[in-house]
Amino acid sequence: MTPPPKTNVLETNALVKKFGGITATNAVTFALEKGARHALIGPNGAGKTTFINLLTGVLEPTSGRIALDGKDITATKAEARVKMGLVRTFQINQLFAGMTPLQALGVAVSERQGHGRDWWRVVGTKASVTDEIVEVAERFRLIDVLEERTGNLAYGKQRLLEIALAFACRPRVLLLDEPAAGVPEAERAELLETIARLPDDVSILLIEHDMDLVFSFAKKITVLVDGTLFADGTVAEISNDPRVRAVYLGEGEHG
Amino acid sequence: MPSKAAVSRLSTLGRWRLPEILFWLAAAASVPLLTEYHLVLTEIAIIALFAVSLDLILGYAGIASLGHAAFFGAGAYAAGLFAIHVTNDPLLGLIAGAAVAAVLGFASSFLVLRGADLTRLMVTLGVALVLGEIANKAGTITGGADGLQGVFMAPVLGRFEFDLFGHVGYVYCLVVFFVLFVVARRIVVSPFGLSLLAIRDNPLRARAIGIPVNNRLTAIYTISAAIAGVAGALLAQTAQFVSLDVLAFHRSADALLMLVIGGTGYLYGGIVGAVAFKVLQEILSVWTPQYWTFWIGAILVAIVLIGRQRIGNGVMGVWSRLLGKGGAA
Repeated sequence: MTPPPKTNVLETNALVKKFGGITATNAVTFALEKGARHALIGPNGAGKTTFINLLTGVLEPTSGRIALDGKDITATKAEARVKMGLVRTFQINQLFAGMTPLQALGVAVSERQGHGRDWWRVVGTKASVTDEIVEVAERFRLIDVLEERTGNLAYGKQRLLEIALAFACRPRVLLLDEPAAGVPEAERAELLETIARLPDDVSILLIEHDMDLVFSFAKKITVLVDGTLFADGTVAEISNDPRVRAVYLGEGEHG
Repeated sequence: MPSKAAVSRLSTLGRWRLPEILFWLAAAASVPLLTEYHLVLTEIAIIALFAVSLDLILGYAGIASLGHAAFFGAGAYAAGLFAIHVTNDPLLGLIAGAAVAAVLGFASSFLVLRGADLTRLMVTLGVALVLGEIANKAGTITGGADGLQGVFMAPVLGRFEFDLFGHVGYVYCLVVFFVLFVVARRIVVSPFGLSLLAIRDNPLRARAIGIPVNNRLTAIYTISAAIAGVAGALLAQTAQFVSLDVLAFHRSADALLMLVIGGTGYLYGGIVGAVAFKVLQEILSVWTPQYWTFWIGAILVAIVLIGRQRIGNGVMGVWSRLLGKGGAA
């Protein structure tokens, strides 16, 4: 593969995923720029989730290539991609119900700093780990609920923890899968504000149904329909594209 | 700043709590005070260590096993054969037992990790059955159904000779148990141990925050097997005999039973369960020799159906709450 231009941090080249006779991802060539605020939209069943699973290494593509910072990661294992800085959140919370947010962040930060195999050291005895937990917890406004049971947290806080766990992995590319899904109105502002204040050097791909959030957050939009890259452009281009309006926006915002 | 204080409390997970200290003091006190019970206490220390090793994979990593006796038995036979054919130094024998069990655990971990819970139950059960049959058929090496005889141990550290009443044997087992318990206790509050809890709670997310799930499970499975191997080796050395019973299905089932009685995921469950199991066995087998397993079964059903915590807020519930870990199972 020829090295891609330096400005793209994540790229796919003719990515295909077939499940039996169904093509869930059809020759998608996609690029995420460094520092991007990029949204991936598409009607239900468009293949957004499959695409994310291919990017993160949960699924293996039938053909095509994925590159992170110009390095081919098509065959790289999921957890190794995380260590390289490609991290995702989940549409449905994937938290550690039996652990406190403090313990969960402790695991994530220890792992990221390379202490995951340490079995002789009590967790949280390294200042570099605790400092980073404080930093992440403050950023995601979890500092006051660190010792509560994860299952008892308000839903908005659980959503924040969902993103905080990914952020604790120091992502260079962060895939946010419907981060605001299901969050009650009262807790929404805090969440959106936190997302808006994510550092500029983290490149973000937002998978979202909520068009208000897409238009307020994203600078570029990619539309996926039936597994195929349907349209790709700036927010203005996409919102004025009559084809997009016809197949997606016109159908109503939620499926 | 209150936030910093909360974060610094993460490391207090490793702190020894008063009930624990009292428990180990009581265990130490049993050496001079309960001399006439040393034989049965030796047995309890051994099965408790075995149950603790099972808790490491079941309570912390979420791997259910019906064949943990494979490692107990491998350790027992390894230690017995080592004493007969190589050297009869007890500590070297423990290392031999641990090493053989660890190799076996490492190798079988790849089979165990393939499937979900039911597959794991069957694979672990199968491995133990296969080993049991090998031990049975390889009579020239293992003594087969007659058992491995002629295991004579040298004094511990060259000084403390094993006696007929099991006093030295008990102190030996208790010290080995304590040392390995401290190691296990440290493991479960380490970043490694916490990553196991994360895997148990949500393997999908564990992988998504960069935890190499299979490697970690292989590691803890191997460690757990090694500790079970030491427990088996202790039995071989103190009984000076190894029978096919060390690989029997009921060994694996008993260990699970102890964890059900005592609770999983806080390490002391294995000890509480082992003590309760052995005491019940002693009492019931005196009271009703033919039917003691009937009552053990009935008690098991009651515990599972009613729930450990609810049984009159019994000893176990209070115990685990004192440790601040209630309901961690």
